[in-house]
Amino acid sequence: MSASPEAADGHHTNYVKIWAILLVLLVISVLGPLLGHRTLTLVTAFGIAGVKAYIVAAHFMHLKTELKIASYILVTMVALMVLLFMGVSPDVMKHDGRNWNNDAAKAETHRAESAHSAAGAEH
Amino acid sequence: MKPIATTRSATGIPTGRLALWWVVGSEIVIFGGLLASYIMHRIGHPEFGDYAAHTNTWAGALNTFVLLTSSLFAVLAHQAAEKGDGRKAHRFLWYTIGGAVTFLVVKGFEWTHEIHQGYTITANAFWSFYYTAAGLHGLHVIAGAIVMGVVAHKAKRNEELQRVELVGIYWHFVDIVWIFLFPLLYIAK
Amino acid sequence: MASTADHADHADHAGDAGHAHHEPGFVKKYLWSTDHKMIAMQYLFTGMVMALIGGYFAYAFRMQMAFPGQHVPGFGFMAPGEYNGLVTSHGTIMIFWVAMPVLLAAFGNFLIPLMIGCDDMVFPRLNRLSYQIFLISAVVLVASFFVHGGPFGGAWTAYPPLSAKAEYNLTPLGATLWLVAVALEFVAFLLGGINFVTTAMNARAPGMRMWDIPIVIWMIVLASIMFMASVGPLVAGAAMLLFDQTLGTAFYDPARGGDPILWQHLFWFFGHPEVYVVLLPALGIVAEVMTVFARKKLFAYKTVLYTAIATGILGFFVWAHHQFIAGIDPRMANVFTVTTVLISVPIGEMCFVYIATLYGGSIRLTTPMLWALAFLAEFLIGGVTGIFLGASGSDIYLHDTYFVLAHFHYTFFPIAIIAVFAGITYWYPKMFGRMLNETLGKIHFWITIVGFNMAFIPLFICGAAGDHRRIYDYSSFPDLAKPYLQNLRILATVGTIVILFGQIFFLINFFRSLRGGPVAGPNPWRANTLEWTVPSPPPHGNFAVMPTVYRGPYEYSVPGREEDFWPQNLPD
Ligand SMILES: [Cu+2]
Repeated sequence: MSASPEAADGHHTNYVKIWAILLVLLVISVLGPLLGHRTLTLVTAFGIAGVKAYIVAAHFMHLKTELKIASYILVTMVALMVLLFMGVSPDVMKHDGRNWNNDAAKAETHRAESAHSAAGAEH
Repeated sequence: MKPIATTRSATGIPTGRLALWWVVGSEIVIFGGLLASYIMHRIGHPEFGDYAAHTNTWAGALNTFVLLTSSLFAVLAHQAAEKGDGRKAHRFLWYTIGGAVTFLVVKGFEWTHEIHQGYTITANAFWSFYYTAAGLHGLHVIAGAIVMGVVAHKAKRNEELQRVELVGIYWHFVDIVWIFLFPLLYIAK
Repeated sequence: MASTADHADHADHAGDAGHAHHEPGFVKKYLWSTDHKMIAMQYLFTGMVMALIGGYFAYAFRMQMAFPGQHVPGFGFMAPGEYNGLVTSHGTIMIFWVAMPVLLAAFGNFLIPLMIGCDDMVFPRLNRLSYQIFLISAVVLVASFFVHGGPFGGAWTAYPPLSAKAEYNLTPLGATLWLVAVALEFVAFLLGGINFVTTAMNARAPGMRMWDIPIVIWMIVLASIMFMASVGPLVAGAAMLLFDQTLGTAFYDPARGGDPILWQHLFWFFGHPEVYVVLLPALGIVAEVMTVFARKKLFAYKTVLYTAIATGILGFFVWAHHQFIAGIDPRMANVFTVTTVLISVPIGEMCFVYIATLYGGSIRLTTPMLWALAFLAEFLIGGVTGIFLGASGSDIYLHDTYFVLAHFHYTFFPIAIIAVFAGITYWYPKMFGRMLNETLGKIHFWITIVGFNMAFIPLFICGAAGDHRRIYDYSSFPDLAKPYLQNLRILATVGTIVILFGQIFFLINFFRSLRGGPVAGPNPWRANTLEWTVPSPPPHGNFAVMPTVYRGPYEYSVPGREEDFWPQNLPD
């Protein structure tokens, strides 16, 4: 039932080590916001997410040893999503610009913010 | 029974794995479209931060831990399969499925709590995104767990061991999606 | 006509010979088959049936345009809501259930394994599943015509809030079924596309280098990749729209933090590349037909390939030209104008390459060649009128007029009808083992082409005069109810009827030749590519001996050779 131990050992420790690194990164990303610094939170949260994703893709998915074409496929798809974001965000992310105003979105933000601060004042 | 076409490998990547890269690629754009839409709303609407404050960071962190660990089991199963040890692969695959179940249970508790507080999918766009993104990811977890059960069943008898790697790659992708969902939905408050 | 069982005995794997003795039952042979050729036929016939439905709808609403408010023979009186449902269904059907299944799925399934020299797709059962999901999607769509409230009438682009809220579109069930059908169709083509791409990448015959692959295969593969890469955000967007419709989520509701513009972006991020998803296979078919009937090597194979790739990449950078008047950021409109005008460069280049292929060839005006030449001529009109719409300045005036409608019919009709007929008439002998009747074929060709131009040239004029696309009856608009415009509308309707009438000749030819046509033999056109080296129709497993490839697909009229063609699998 069990594999020959000497064969199993070589990589075994490696994967566990990678897993341990991932856990350390997880702890950092959870603790980051506790420092209360906004930019730092973004860096710890999303920077570390990127690093974690890279580690999982490279080592667990074995993209490091896979033929390059596989990585190209995936990177192309991610790049297209960056393109989508760049094309769409000027309209959705911003609520005004030259000669245009998204009144409905502004009204909703205003309504929600004032409701929130009203609720906050009661505490 | 298998066509000759299936056995060829002009690129050097086995057919199953090559197809899987395309599957993962097409999944990237599905999740990518959803998450890109969420991010631009999140930045455009400062009030989303107030809503996000109601999500439970510790539950999200626990689930990240669970998925990372299940990914470890998946890769260990692959390692065992490569050595031809189907029984061991079978065992590790079931540990991975255990991770999937744990993940879903935690999610269940989380959602029940949030729905009871009145934060349902129709409350506003933030909660719509929250449930849809996590729900789509959850569907992938369920699908992955089912496929893994089938693969494990065969692997136990040392059949179709190459599938252990394939389902593993898929599982790591599901893991990576969560790695990004976690800061997006839980940490950015 | 040789029976399939005879050939199976020659197959190089002994397992098949045993099976061949008992004929499989009807279900197993026609509905549950994993053979790529049978699946191709399933897609082809489903596409043809859907085309007839779409054509009938076009007839009905064109009659309403020509003779508003009057009884339409074969349909009856048309209410405004019905009119909306008909135009929406016509667009949806023609793009998703005719162009896609026929160009991509039918030709892709039939040609890829045959042309790259292997016995089937790499995942035959996935292939079958892909068709079954597609069939279900078609059934769901057709079912939506009969539900309470009628089919969805919010245009094939389904912009919210009209598509999201039942109180606006008045078709609560129709809108949801429409969305479910489209989503299922996407799933079917995702599965199929992954199969196509993997097969073409991995299962090529020994000796087939990258540039020995016939252009049509490259085009189908590139189209499948483009589809996979562009449809993802819309799959997500469709789920969001479905939840908005059924659960009442807030994705496209600005009053609760959502944004309706988002749908337009997600839709067109897919919708524009979708044009190239169907255009590229059409260009591929035309390349195959032109080289064979000009008896000449394709001019600049690698240029065609790189141009197609460039088109594919650029095709992702132009989507917002559909949204110039939707209130998008004016700076983005500038960017998208530039990219849109840019993309006409590779497309124009492609046209020149085809003309250069014809130059100096010994051209044979067979029916497939006529269709291929007509494709070039008619698509050119579509391409040139697109420039006016791609430039934001002129689009602001022309947007949502019949000018737009005529423009995209001058692109989609050549793609989904003209190039498809080029392909069907060219590969019919391979698919069914019989030749089509040339006379009937040419009658069909000329009626269709005359009808097509009669239907859509008047609409350019109507559009420039201000006809808005989505108006049910112009009689209450004094500027648009003028007699000369109404006459143009009637002319367009006559053109539509002429097109539909012409298809009778095709159907007669198609079904009569199945049994009555002259036997084709393996290579009636004296073509080079691998599918012409096997019997017609090809047996299960395609090749008795798996072929090896020695040269490119377009070695026609090579000096010093006795014959004017040089099959790819012939050793030197
Ligand atoms: Cu476009």
